[in-house]
Amino acid sequence: MQAAILLFPGINRERDMILAVRQSFGREPAIVWHKDTELPAGTDLVILPGGFSFGDYLRCGAMAAQSPIMRAVKAHAERGGYVLGVCNGFQIITEAGLLPGALLRNAGLRFLSMDTMLKVERADTVFTSKWDKGAVFRAPMAHGDGNYTADEATLDRLEGENLVAFRYADQNRNGSARRIAGIFSPNLRVLGLMPHPENLVDPLMGGIDGKPLFDSLAAA
Amino acid sequence: MKAIVTIMLKNGVLDPQGKAIGHALNNLGFDQVGEVRMGKIIELELTETDAAKAKTQAEDMARKLLANTVIESFKVEIAA
Repeated sequence: MQAAILLFPGINRERDMILAVRQSFGREPAIVWHKDTELPAGTDLVILPGGFSFGDYLRCGAMAAQSPIMRAVKAHAERGGYVLGVCNGFQIITEAGLLPGALLRNAGLRFLSMDTMLKVERADTVFTSKWDKGAVFRAPMAHGDGNYTADEATLDRLEGENLVAFRYADQNRNGSARRIAGIFSPNLRVLGLMPHPENLVDPLMGGIDGKPLFDSLAAA
Repeated sequence: MKAIVTIMLKNGVLDPQGKAIGHALNNLGFDQVGEVRMGKIIELELTETDAAKAKTQAEDMARKLLANTVIESFKVEIAA
């Protein structure tokens, strides 16, 4: 699995993502600047890390979604390539239309910086194969706009087609519709989620709860 | 020509900022305040001189970038 990590101005979680990828994949990810127009040849997985791209101006992820590299990312996704968006990366891929819905301001208005518990809704995907279905794991959150929303028909479709990847298993602190923390695209090759599995991939970080995400991808 | 784009969260979409402003107004003694909704206004200076065309252009911009129509609605007004 060859990964490319996208870098937009204001992104600040790319080093965490590099560590997680390096450890599980056993090879270095490419770093791709937002002004580039092509992904490196042989890219299997595009990762959009967390942060505050373009200062969250207008709406979180709205500016980054219009960056030159995103045209290549959309083409990659249309070819069936893998895409992982975490936190601001999730916001960017919803703004870009790669996943449905939007992330609103947290229901309680506070920026949430704490651990949460996530339930794995399905284990038969390239992103989640190293977990058991129904497993609950710990993941750090760090966001002000993580309140997942979509119209009722879209939410029903996500549930009906089994495209919810993770749900908040303890408290639904940001107010997300149906406790949704992460969703898949219909072909199960695009995953977006708000919490940060990449921040728990080494005992030195306080746990390895998030490592199965990267180990799953490495085994794909 | 100036286009004024007003963007609001759609009806039914939770507006926690509006709620917080409403609470603060109530706390200040403005008991007459019911629901509060917060949005944003974007002013665009356009080279177009035809008002109808300017409106169409601004609406196109609103759909593509200024508003996220999953959660927001918008209205464009043309000021001379």
